[in-house]
Amino acid sequence: MHNFAFHRPTSVADAAKAIGAASDGKFVAGGQTLLPTLRQRLAEPSDMIDLSAIAELKGIKVEGDGITIGAATTHTEVANSADVKKTIPALAHLASLIGDHQVRQRGTIGGSIANNDPAADYPAAVLGLGATIRTNKREIKADDFFKGMFETDLAEGEIITAVHFPKPEKAGYEKFRQPASRFALVGVFVAKTGGGIRVAVTGAGPGVFRSKELEAALGGNFTADAAKGVKISANGLNGDLHGSPEYRASLVSTLAARATAAAS
Amino acid sequence: MPEGTGSATGIGASVKRKEDFRFLTGRGTYTDDINRPGQTYAYILRSPHASADIVKIDSAKAAKAPGVVAILTGADYDKGGLPCGWQIHSKDGSPMIEPPHFPLCKDKVRHVGDQVALIIAETYAQARDAAELIDVSYKETKPIVSLADADKPGAAQVWPEAKNNTCFDWHIGDKAAVDAAFAKAAHVTKIDIVNQRLIPNAMEPRAAIGDFDRATGEFTLYTTSQNPHVIRLLMGAFVLQIPESKLRVVAPDVGGGFGSKIFHYAEEALVTWAAGKVERPVKWTSDRSEAFLTDAHGRDQINHAELAMDKDGKFLALRVNTKANMGAYLSTFAPCVPTYLSATLLAGVYSTPAIYAEVKAIFTNTAVVDAYRGAGRPETTYLLERLVEKAARETGIDRVEIRRKNFIPVDAFPYQTPVALQYDSGDYFSTLDMALKTADWAGIDKRKADSKAKGKLRGIGISTYLEACGIAPSAVVGSLGARAGLYETGQIRVHPTGSVTVFTGTHSHGQGHETTFAQLVSDGLGIPIENVEVSHGDTNKIPFGMGTYGSRSLAVGGSAIVKAMDKIITKSKRIAAHLMEASVADVEFKNGVFTVVGTDKSVPFGTVALTAYVPHNYPITELEPGLEETAFYDPLNFTFPGGCHICEVEVDPDTGTVEVLKFTAVDDIGRVINPMIAEGQIHGGVAQGIGQALLEAAAYDEESGQLLTGSYMDYTMPRADNIPNITVGNHVTLCTHNPLGAKGVGEVGAIGSPPAVINAVLDALLPLGVKDITMPASPHRVWQAIQTAKKAAE
Repeated sequence: MHNFAFHRPTSVADAAKAIGAASDGKFVAGGQTLLPTLRQRLAEPSDMIDLSAIAELKGIKVEGDGITIGAATTHTEVANSADVKKTIPALAHLASLIGDHQVRQRGTIGGSIANNDPAADYPAAVLGLGATIRTNKREIKADDFFKGMFETDLAEGEIITAVHFPKPEKAGYEKFRQPASRFALVGVFVAKTGGGIRVAVTGAGPGVFRSKELEAALGGNFTADAAKGVKISANGLNGDLHGSPEYRASLVSTLAARATAAAS
Repeated sequence: MPEGTGSATGIGASVKRKEDFRFLTGRGTYTDDINRPGQTYAYILRSPHASADIVKIDSAKAAKAPGVVAILTGADYDKGGLPCGWQIHSKDGSPMIEPPHFPLCKDKVRHVGDQVALIIAETYAQARDAAELIDVSYKETKPIVSLADADKPGAAQVWPEAKNNTCFDWHIGDKAAVDAAFAKAAHVTKIDIVNQRLIPNAMEPRAAIGDFDRATGEFTLYTTSQNPHVIRLLMGAFVLQIPESKLRVVAPDVGGGFGSKIFHYAEEALVTWAAGKVERPVKWTSDRSEAFLTDAHGRDQINHAELAMDKDGKFLALRVNTKANMGAYLSTFAPCVPTYLSATLLAGVYSTPAIYAEVKAIFTNTAVVDAYRGAGRPETTYLLERLVEKAARETGIDRVEIRRKNFIPVDAFPYQTPVALQYDSGDYFSTLDMALKTADWAGIDKRKADSKAKGKLRGIGISTYLEACGIAPSAVVGSLGARAGLYETGQIRVHPTGSVTVFTGTHSHGQGHETTFAQLVSDGLGIPIENVEVSHGDTNKIPFGMGTYGSRSLAVGGSAIVKAMDKIITKSKRIAAHLMEASVADVEFKNGVFTVVGTDKSVPFGTVALTAYVPHNYPITELEPGLEETAFYDPLNFTFPGGCHICEVEVDPDTGTVEVLKFTAVDDIGRVINPMIAEGQIHGGVAQGIGQALLEAAAYDEESGQLLTGSYMDYTMPRADNIPNITVGNHVTLCTHNPLGAKGVGEVGAIGSPPAVINAVLDALLPLGVKDITMPASPHRVWQAIQTAKKAAE
């Protein structure tokens, strides 16, 4: 990797200052995407601002009708949290499926959704549960946050501080792994919420998206069979060595059915 | 060699590996762990294009970058090209096309990753930084990537001298006899196979350090090699013109090879050459991305095969047409893989009386392809076992029965095949019966019904395979095109107090030789295993040997050690006879003690050793002092392990996922020295075979020639959760022509398993009408096959 200036602020305000002063600064949380990119010399930031020493970004709290997770909370912490398991078991289950043991020890929820990899798991939960993303400047609704492949609504230098997940009646997540990377070839998050059924799909398209067809089918009848009967169009879905658009489309309904059956 | 003494550390004992403490606690010494005083670091600038002319290389700016010691390009390189170690002649008698293979490209790059410039600096980071400042102008030309299309008219040409990209067009067998048999066949089964390209992925990437001592004029190369003497011979004699006496090659601990570290690579020659130029040690270590791009790949054949049968399903003749991908250059042993290591195995375990095979070797703008665990035998086994399975389905003959019906009978050995090889021993009926029983073949219907009740499809598949190891004898392989001998060397040095160092020309890079060979000597000389050290990997210590590949180490290298041990015992008996004042003919050696038959006189081995080095009371006029013997063993024939593999899978028809539920391997590997190590070798081989069957495939973009599977994000390595518990059985018939009766175990797992897995997948999918699938049977491919069959049924 190339040389860079390293900063380790202890408050969100100092982190915001540091990125503002850098010519081409990058935040690093768990570093699970950024560090391999640097090692391959595919990115050359002038400054790295490490968010791991900021106490206010960490921790899991039961809050109002749901649960709030600090942006720098690791996947392992979410997967093992008694509060998350009790309030939204599907979310703890999803976190337990990310990467491998080492990745889950380092990777964070804030880092994952700020990166918005089209095959990442967390965006499916954030969108599927209709979560709210809190930043150092504002609150953003999940429906407004994800803007396609590696793009979000975050402004330059804006820092995610926490994600608030409202408690659903029931939710389930089913992931089909890409055989090599074990990212989601397709992942489907299904939630029955006060505001209706939400179905979020990751891996299949250029970014996480809601499936209107599945939401309609499950709205009338929240059963695996209802989901399985939905024919998803392959138009606009990803195709690569590991799956054609048609294969991904088929997996969306299969996984939606399995997620619905497993929802709790 | 006797069958062994039954001692706890002798032949047949599962002695825990002597090397494990060092490896499991991180105390091994690998090439990258070695640092020489004054060492510099090399980075290799590689071609980003699959095919391009090098118009200009401007390294002026890079040469001034911090820490840069030298920048060398093809224009600076004034030594020889990398040689090919095996020459094949085409049908018309003409020799294969051997294009030059310089370690730095002169005027053209021929695959992504080809070497363009060598940057030497004080640190690795400085070398890499400087490489980014080199400005190379390329004129891109159209590459040819597809093996299927490369020999068609109009395809881009990798080498002007290789018309239609054809390196050679070779054949073996009796074409007329095969044609005649097909003319009277009651049934003919045909199959088309793609045996996909694999990337070896040894845990330790390649590395090399070149060192030059101006005081002595001696060069040293430390390298990740399976055969340091072969590298010394090829690099010294053909590439850099350094006499053996001035060139030392050291292959220290090596973290896995699987064949990919047999070959002489450009980087080895470059660091040695450059060390002489800059008069400082030069170290190069591959990163994982370079390993994907530049390690020699494996497999990559396409085959068409036809089997002629009589009305009872007896095989009459086999006809095979193969295209084998060589990549952009000829790697060290590439030409022998699809020919003498593939086509000569086409009889397999069957008594097919007539066989004819044609093999075309083809250049493409891809990384070189060469031997990879099994090297040619997995390709042939896969072809045969898919073909036999298909023949059974087509004729309605039970798929076990059709195999049994065509097996070479137990009393037919030695058995001469129609494709050159003569098998010495084997019993395919016993390995089949044991495997069927262990795998509960008979109970499959009930298990299929259980799976069906869960919405899954269960299948069981079988493969009855044969392979050839310990490629030999030298005179025969020489007549077939080998440019080296294929014997092995063993040297036993008994020290004055009776401990022993064994020097072997083979090389251990995961096989456990330090334990297995120590067991041989502990058993043979009756001394504790702790008193036996096995030394390998340094050409300054070891007599000239050929290294480790082709499952040869025990059958050939172990036999050399036994021969050297025989010489030690012969001499020791003479010393013991002198000490006991007896006739040599009356001296017996057993369990480490010399006795005079019929008396209570005895002398232990240690006393004989001490006497040999402190010859106060010694037959000095008849016998030299000292106790050290060397043997070179050139085998009389290949060895022929074989056996039966059975795989049971469950397919999820909604997602196409294949889960391997059970794997049974019953092999005949000849005499087993350490059953635990042998079983571990089979486990590893089967894991690689499951990898090929279900997971792994190298893919290049057909237009650009870019490697699409250049990292673990896209290249699917088998992981623990892909591999079931493997049940291993063993039915021994001894090799009849080596002193150990050993056949070889390193590759059987990777050879026998892929067709067993795919036959199981096809058995599971049979109710849906799926008749064929191409490896790897990934979830996507299985799902597609199901959809295609569904459409066809509509």
